[in-house]
Amino acid sequence: MATAKTTLPNAGPVSGSRSFLSRLRDGDEIARLTTMVFAATVVLITLLLVYELWTDSALARAKFGLHFLVTRVWDPNIDQYGALPFMYGTLVTSAVALLIAVPLGIGAAIFLAELAPPRISDTLQFFIDLLAAVPSVIYGLLGVFIIVPLMRTVIFPALNEPLGFMPFFKGPSYGVGFLTAGIVLAIMVIPYIISVSREVLLSVPSDQREAALALGSTRWESTWKVVVPFAKTGILGSVFLALARALGETMAVTMVIGNTPTISASLFSPGDSIASVIANQFTEATGDVYLQALVELGLVLFLMTFILNGLARILIVVTTQKGSGVPV
Amino acid sequence: MSARVKWRRFVSNFMLTLTGLCALVSVSVLFLILGYLVFNGGKSINWAFFTQLPKPVGEAGGGMANAIVGSAKLLMAASLLGVPIGFFGGIYLAEFSRSAVASVVRYAADLLNGVPSIVIGIFAYSMVVLPFKHFSTLAGAFALGLMMIPITLRSTEEFLGGVPRYLREGAMALGASKWKTIATVVVPAAYRGILTAILLALARVAGETAPLLFTAFGNRYWSEGWGQPTASLPVVIFNYAVSPYEDWHRQAWAAGLVLLGLILIINILARTILSRGIAVPRS
Amino acid sequence: MKRIAVLVVGVLALGAIVWAQNPLLINGAGATFPYPIYSKWFDEYHKKFANIQFNYQSVGSGAGIKQATEGTVDFGATDGPMNDDQLKAFQDKRGSGILHFPTVLGAVVPTYNVPGVSGALDFTPEALAGIFLGKITKWNDPAITGANKGVNLPANDIVLIHRSDGSGTTYIWTDYLSKVSDEWKSKVGKNTSVNWPVGLGGKGNEGVTGLIKQTPNSIGYVELIYAAQNNIPYGAVKNSSGSFVKADLASVSAAAAGAAKDIPEDFRVSITNAPGKSAYPISSFTWLLIPQKFQDAGKRDAVKGFLMWMLADGQNYAEALSYAKLPKEVIEKEKKAINSIQ
Repeated sequence: MATAKTTLPNAGPVSGSRSFLSRLRDGDEIARLTTMVFAATVVLITLLLVYELWTDSALARAKFGLHFLVTRVWDPNIDQYGALPFMYGTLVTSAVALLIAVPLGIGAAIFLAELAPPRISDTLQFFIDLLAAVPSVIYGLLGVFIIVPLMRTVIFPALNEPLGFMPFFKGPSYGVGFLTAGIVLAIMVIPYIISVSREVLLSVPSDQREAALALGSTRWESTWKVVVPFAKTGILGSVFLALARALGETMAVTMVIGNTPTISASLFSPGDSIASVIANQFTEATGDVYLQALVELGLVLFLMTFILNGLARILIVVTTQKGSGVPV
Repeated sequence: MSARVKWRRFVSNFMLTLTGLCALVSVSVLFLILGYLVFNGGKSINWAFFTQLPKPVGEAGGGMANAIVGSAKLLMAASLLGVPIGFFGGIYLAEFSRSAVASVVRYAADLLNGVPSIVIGIFAYSMVVLPFKHFSTLAGAFALGLMMIPITLRSTEEFLGGVPRYLREGAMALGASKWKTIATVVVPAAYRGILTAILLALARVAGETAPLLFTAFGNRYWSEGWGQPTASLPVVIFNYAVSPYEDWHRQAWAAGLVLLGLILIINILARTILSRGIAVPRS
Repeated sequence: MKRIAVLVVGVLALGAIVWAQNPLLINGAGATFPYPIYSKWFDEYHKKFANIQFNYQSVGSGAGIKQATEGTVDFGATDGPMNDDQLKAFQDKRGSGILHFPTVLGAVVPTYNVPGVSGALDFTPEALAGIFLGKITKWNDPAITGANKGVNLPANDIVLIHRSDGSGTTYIWTDYLSKVSDEWKSKVGKNTSVNWPVGLGGKGNEGVTGLIKQTPNSIGYVELIYAAQNNIPYGAVKNSSGSFVKADLASVSAAAAGAAKDIPEDFRVSITNAPGKSAYPISSFTWLLIPQKFQDAGKRDAVKGFLMWMLADGQNYAEALSYAKLPKEVIEKEKKAINSIQ
């Protein structure tokens, strides 16, 4: 019988067993090295980004130190810069966004995961995914032409009349401000909360639900008292994800927040956020300290989103692993 | 049935209806947005909008032809940067992934994904605009391309990983080397998912405005080649929306409709491709 | 589907046409104050010379100065002249000087949106300073009603709108306020970007006008043409001779008349609160910032050609857009200065 000459497939490079050059002649090694170069580029770019942020803010960091984080003044005239009003604006608008988006989002996720038949759930999820794809500038457009007038004519009177004694709802209102920005942000982050929470809820093993129902609980009780607590770390993760998105949002916020570095308890007050002030002032920051102060703001924002994203991922992974029975 | 049970049943139905309302509200926002855009922008979409350049300030008429072409160029160039790095990097992670380098790469990609777009703009400004002393399409494409990398990378890895083992093993049993297996069997099997990922990444960056503010800058005319500033749809929408001119507002709505329409079409297309399943039935 | 295909083909075809033409593109950025006339000028000049394109981005004087200094644009534009530090920074970074070329005269007007008031209100310097310092908070404050007897001003809170970006218009406004109010001078000062005691920020003259149009009880400061083109009322201001003058071609030209003969060589001069009975007190030149040395001979010649045209035919477009023409003496001096561009 004639034996066909077959080349044995390579078992892959065994370290140290063949010389580098002979391994290189294999297509495999070249493939591995080539793709590794591309993969390494990703790491390189990320490192470079952090490095640039760090060095391009050196002057400002040297001049202000950690005081930067607690100074209220932002005055290019005297070269004094502080991040506090912007951090305040970023955090307040995000907090308002979460206050609105979390109940709505979790409610919708519960409906999609627990109640809706699979086809309806998938269809609705499809639309929610589309909502997540709407670009920020479109939200800004809607914010400027629809929500701002609405705020001035409907929402402000509705909240200010009964609740105006509370510092949060003191007037006057200009239409733009923290609350407007918060509402726009809420719409932008709801899809994230819904999609992740829905997935997390779906991954809760059904024996949990069934056990509760078998013990006589209503649908709502089994959902709220058994399923949701089981998934709560994952849901928390989705909230962190949404928060990270809200923190970094630029365009929609800058079009409706009022662009004034103010710290005020009133939600109707205009303010500014980190992303918004960078977008507004970056191209015109004359003077090195001014520009570097803006880059330092970028660094602060980067750190905030970095921490949140990290936490979010850990929480989500923990929950889905818990659900699938894999020991954490 | 005791009163207590009746109450619990009532609460259950009430709360569950409430969640249904939440879902309804969330989904209807999408349709509200579309509705507003169609209503306000639809009447301003005409042939002039797509073919003419902007007119001087205060004069009515003109269009956004340069912004549309500008956006198209930016996306093309961004894909040239983002897709290869993401694609080949994803292959590395999926196929050669047991090394420590791989987890570092994954971590870096997730980090890059979470960077706010304005910070990417700052980075692109110092890397591309300052050294070349020019605002340019290239700088804008650099920023957008960076944002495409993590999405493409992670999705490529995920879809390649989803290709069943028996395909790989079959190829190897027939004598194919590893890279040949990847190139001729695994990647084609996962192509739907990868294509979807690329489309979704494109849709994501098509609407990005912030990073373009200090990279592509803006241009009232056609942008020659790749080294000149260029107009782009999202930036023009932003500038027109905050202006006081009614005519520009009209055009901003129309542009918003065009932009959103394109993004939604790409999204729907991508998801439809994906839902048709991978090219080979799973075992 | 077919329409999309046609669209894609059309776009690609247009792109091909564009690729074929290869015009000279000169990039500039800066003040929003003169944007209406600049965009008109560059458009007209392009009609004359189809292969020259001036791409001007209206991003604010601050950005104009900054980007010209960085060299990312070929020229800048500002209504707040560069100070000595900025000139030095340009010299250090770019290795040559930068020249200021006045282009037109404009006015910054106090514009407002007060329900029930459609005519021109009269503002005293004290009123303006008080409003912008945040000390006068209601429309029916005596400082305002005192000068406007017969006008029914409501007891509403004043909403102040200022610029959120680095602005030459802000420079002109704060320059004026610094001259008429010692408190303003010491507390806030004059600059393209200041620490405003109160108010909301809008981006560019465009943004401020937009906000005023949409916000009842608001007051802000914009270049004259923005108020005129958008049909929002603007007020008269009391000048140093005591008359309430509304901004128009005659009053702006009157403000420049005194300074024209003695304008310094580098053309940096402030004409706010100018003497003269009919002078509008918040007038200003606006300047193009042209580097003294150009690397590209083609760009240099195009810029010089444009400047000559701007000083001659270009001036004829100014009045239709409510900018006043440059005084003859200034034009003559500028023509000589163009020769120093290398």
